[in-house]
Amino acid sequence: MNRTMSLIGKSLAVLLIGLLVVPAAAWCKEPYKIGGLFSVTGPSSFLGDPEKKSLELAIDEINARGGIDGHLLEAVIYDTEGDPGKTNLNASKLMTKDNVIAIIGPSLTPTTLAIVPLAEKQPVPLISCAAGILITEPVKPWVFKTAQSDVLAVAAIYGHMQKKNIKKVGIITVESAYGESGRDQLTAQAPKFGIQVVQAETFGAKDTDMTAQLTKVRSAQPEAVICWGTNPGPAVIARNFQQMGFKIPLYQSHGVASPKFVELAGEAAENIVLPAGKILVTDQLPDSDPQKAVLKRYVEQFTGRFKQPVSPFGGYAYDAMMILAKALEGTEGKKDAVRKRIEEVRGLVGVTGTFNFSPQDHNGLGPDAFVMVQIQNGKFKVIDQ
Amino acid sequence: MRNAFFVLVIAVVGLSVSNAYHFQLLTFIGINTLLALGLNMLMGYAGQISLGHAAFYGLGAYATAILTVHLNWSPWLALPVAVVLTVVIAFLVALPMLRLSGFYLGMGTLGFGMIGYIIFREWSRFTGGDSGLVGIPSLELGPISFASARNYFYLVWAVVLVCLLLCERLVDSRVGRGLRAIHDSEQAAAAMGIDTSRLKIQIFVLSAVFAALAGFLYAHLVNFISPGSFDFLVSVRIVTMVVIGGMASIWGSLLGASLLTVLPEFLQAFADSEMIVYGLILMVIMIFLPQGLTRGIMDAYEGARTRKASKSASINS
Amino acid sequence: MQEFLQYVFSGVTNGSVYAIIALGFSMLFSMTGLINFAQGEFVMLGALGMISLWKGAGLPLPAAIVLSTIGVSAVGLLLERAAIRNVRKPHPIVLVIVTIGASIFLRGAGMIGWGKESYSSPAFSRQGAFEVAGATLLPQSLFILAAVLLIVFGLQFFHRRTLTGKAMLACAISKRAAWLQGIPSERLVLLAFALSAGMGAIGGILIAPISMSSYDMGMTLGLKGFCAAMLGGLGSSLGAVLGGLLLGLLEAFGVGFFSSSLKDAIAFVLLLGILYVRPGGILGAKVVKRF
Repeated sequence: MNRTMSLIGKSLAVLLIGLLVVPAAAWCKEPYKIGGLFSVTGPSSFLGDPEKKSLELAIDEINARGGIDGHLLEAVIYDTEGDPGKTNLNASKLMTKDNVIAIIGPSLTPTTLAIVPLAEKQPVPLISCAAGILITEPVKPWVFKTAQSDVLAVAAIYGHMQKKNIKKVGIITVESAYGESGRDQLTAQAPKFGIQVVQAETFGAKDTDMTAQLTKVRSAQPEAVICWGTNPGPAVIARNFQQMGFKIPLYQSHGVASPKFVELAGEAAENIVLPAGKILVTDQLPDSDPQKAVLKRYVEQFTGRFKQPVSPFGGYAYDAMMILAKALEGTEGKKDAVRKRIEEVRGLVGVTGTFNFSPQDHNGLGPDAFVMVQIQNGKFKVIDQ
Repeated sequence: MRNAFFVLVIAVVGLSVSNAYHFQLLTFIGINTLLALGLNMLMGYAGQISLGHAAFYGLGAYATAILTVHLNWSPWLALPVAVVLTVVIAFLVALPMLRLSGFYLGMGTLGFGMIGYIIFREWSRFTGGDSGLVGIPSLELGPISFASARNYFYLVWAVVLVCLLLCERLVDSRVGRGLRAIHDSEQAAAAMGIDTSRLKIQIFVLSAVFAALAGFLYAHLVNFISPGSFDFLVSVRIVTMVVIGGMASIWGSLLGASLLTVLPEFLQAFADSEMIVYGLILMVIMIFLPQGLTRGIMDAYEGARTRKASKSASINS
Repeated sequence: MQEFLQYVFSGVTNGSVYAIIALGFSMLFSMTGLINFAQGEFVMLGALGMISLWKGAGLPLPAAIVLSTIGVSAVGLLLERAAIRNVRKPHPIVLVIVTIGASIFLRGAGMIGWGKESYSSPAFSRQGAFEVAGATLLPQSLFILAAVLLIVFGLQFFHRRTLTGKAMLACAISKRAAWLQGIPSERLVLLAFALSAGMGAIGGILIAPISMSSYDMGMTLGLKGFCAAMLGGLGSSLGAVLGGLLLGLLEAFGVGFFSSSLKDAIAFVLLLGILYVRPGGILGAKVVKRF
C-alpha cells in the first residue's frame, strides 16, 4: 500500500515537473490518445505487466520533452487478461469509444491475431508486442510488431550449436502459442544447420515435474537439449535436468532471459546457454554498441521508477511507443499518414534492437537483436557477438 | 406480450446505439445468452450439470472455421454441418455420460471438455494449434454484410430471440413438464411413464446445439479463434452465468449472461484488485440471492408489494 | 527398465501431489457434501506462505511450515464462517459457485500480496537425488509420499479412535441425527473446513521445493486434485490417494508411451472409461445428487 502511495506521489511529482517544463504551446493542442492492450493480469502477466509500465514510462518521457509537435500524449490502457474475446472487445472500445490514434499491444500472439481483422477494418495502426510470425507474415498494411521473431532466436541457437558441432537435439516446448511457434521453428530450421531433431516433447505451463518428458528425451540420445518456454516451467526443467544427471548441454529460449530465471532455477541454471536481448547484458556491451546508451537510460528509468528489475519484455512496448512517436511527427494525428510513416522508420535504436521498417518488413529487426549468453556463477555472460 | 416488448427493446437499442464498441458488447451478451440458455435448459430444467460446455462452443466455432478457411465453404453451408456434427457428438457423449449423476456427471463432462480443448490445441494442421486460426470470413447474406457491427447485433439477437421462444414453448409443453419431473425425482418421473433417459439425452443435445450456434456466431464475429477461448474456465463461466441469473429461468439466462459480460468491463477501473472485487460480487450474490438474480429481484418486488398491501390493509381496518 | 522406473517415479511424485490435494477435497465432501473449488488456492497460499516465512522472514523451516499451515487453516475457517454458513439456501450448486467466487477472490489476494512473479524454494534436505537402478528419485518425492501416508493413517485414527473424529463421522452420516445426539455439528463443519484447508496448505508446502510457486498455481492443481478425488471415489480418503497416484502414473506413462502433448487427453479418456464402468469412482459409494 505504502509503495502504491509513494508511486502515486512520485508520478504526481513527475507530472508537476512535466507541466512546468512543457512549453505553453502544448496547452492549446488536443492530446494524442494512444491505446494500450496488455495482459496485465492472468497467466501471461509476466509479459503484460512490464509492458504496461514501459509504455507509461515512454509516454511520460515524451511528454516531458514537450510531446509531439506540441501535442501531449495520453494513454488509454486496458487489461486483456490474455483472453482473445476480451481483447477484441477492448480493441473495439479503444477504436470507437476512446478514438485512439494507434494501439500498442497486445502481449500475446492469439490476442493480437484476434484484433488484426478489427485493426484492418477500422483501420487503426497496430504495433503488437507479441512474437508470433503469423502477425507480420504475410504483411498486413496496418499491423506492425516490435518483439523479435522466434525465427531469429532459433537461428542464433542453431548457429551456436553448429560451432559446437552438435548434430542431434532433443526439444521440449511449453504448451502455448509461444512454445508451439518455437517448436515449429526448431523443426523447420534444423536441416538448414545440419541438425536433426531426434525427440520433441511438450510440457504444460503449470506442470510440477517434467522428469517423464526428459526421460523420453534422454532415451533418444541427443547431443543437446533445447527447452522453449517462459517462467516458471523451464526452471523446473533445468532442475530436473540437473537432478537426472544429464551430461549434455541445455539450451533455453529468450523467454527466460531474465535474472528471475537464475533465481528460480538456482544452481541448476549454471552453464545454460540461451539467446537474449541485449538488455540482459547492458554492462558487457562495448561502448561502440549503438544500443548501449538507450538500454542504460531505459534500465535506469524503469528500475528507478518501479523499484523492480527490468524484464526482457517491457522493451517491446517502450520501443513501440518510440517508433510511434517518430511516426507521429508532422502527421497531426492522421492515421493513414502515421501508418505510412511507420514503414519509413529506419535506424531507430530501441531497447530490443535497431528497427528498419519497410513496406515489406513490419518487424524491422535484424539478427543483431540477439546475443548468445551463458549463465556463469549466476550471471549472464556474453559468449559470442 | 413480454416477447413483443423484448423485440421492441432490441429494435430500439439497435437504432439508438451508434458506437461500435457498444454493439460489440451487446453482441457478446447475446452470444453468452445463447450459451447460458442452453445450459440452463440442461441444469435448471433437467437437473444435469455440465462442466464441459465450452467444448461444444468450440466445436461450433472450429467446425465453421475449418470449413470456411481450409475448404473455402460458404459459412451458411458450414452452419448445418456444424450443427449436425454437434448433434452426433453430443448424442454419443450423452449416452454413457448421463448414466452418471451429481458431481460425477460434473467430472465426466469436465473430462469431455478437457479432451475437446486438447484436440483444438493439438490437431494443429487444421485448427492452427495454440496460435489460433486466422482468416475466418465475415457473414454475408445477399446484399447484407454482417461485417457491420449493427447488422451483426441484429443477427445475433434475432437468433437469441428465436432460441428464447423455442425454450419458452418447450418449457410449457409436455417435454417441459417431463423435465421438471426428472428434476424433482427421476424415479417418480420414470414411474409416471416418462422415458427419462431419452428426454435427458434430447435436452443434452439441444443445449449442445445452442452452444455450437454460439460458437458459430463467435467465430464469424471475431474472425479468429484459438483454444484459449474454449477452455475449462469458459465452461465454469457459463455455469456461473446460469446460476447467477437463476436456474430454471429462461429470462434469468439473459440476466446472468448480461451481468457477467458487462461486469468485467466496469471492474477494469479496479486494475489489480479486479479479481478480488469480482470474486466478492459472485460470493455476495450467491449468499444473499441463492436462487439467482431473477428470482431474487422478483422476490424483493413481491415482498415490497405484500408489505405495502398489508400496510394499506392495516390502515383500512 | 531404467526408463520404466523413471516413469514410475515421476508418476508417483506427481500422483502424491494430486493425492494430497484430493484428500482435502474428499475429507470436506464426506463431512459437508460440498466440493470446495477454492482448494487449489489453499495449496497456493500454503506454498507461498511457507516460502515467505522461511526465505523471506528467515524463520526456521519447521516453524514456517507450522505457521503457514495454521494460517491457511484460519483462512479456511473464515471462508466457512463468513461465506458458506451464511448461504440462505445451501443447494450444492450454489455452494459450488460460492467457492468459485472464493477461489477467484483468494487468487486476486495472492496476486496483490505476492505479485505476479514465481517463487522457488530450496529442497528441505541437503540430500541429493537417489539413484535406483539408473533412475533418479528425489528425497522430496519421498517426503510427499510419506506425508500422504501419514495423513491417511492420521485421518483413519482420527475417525476411528477419537471422540471428535467419531462425532464427525456421525455428522457425515446424518447431520440431524448427530445433532439430536448432542453433537455440535456446526462446530464440526468448521473443523472440517480448517482441516481440509490445512491439508491443502501442506500439499502446497511439499510441492514448493520440486516446482515453482505463483499466485495462479492453484487452478491447475485444484483441478487435478478434484479429478483424483472423483476417480478414487468422493469421500473415501484411501480412494483419494489411489485416485491421485493413478492419475499421476497415467500421465507419466502417457508421456512415456504415447505423446507428452496428449498426456492429459490420455489421462482423461481413461478417467472417463473408469467412470463409465464404476460411476461412483473406484472406492466410492453410490451418490445420487441432483442439481
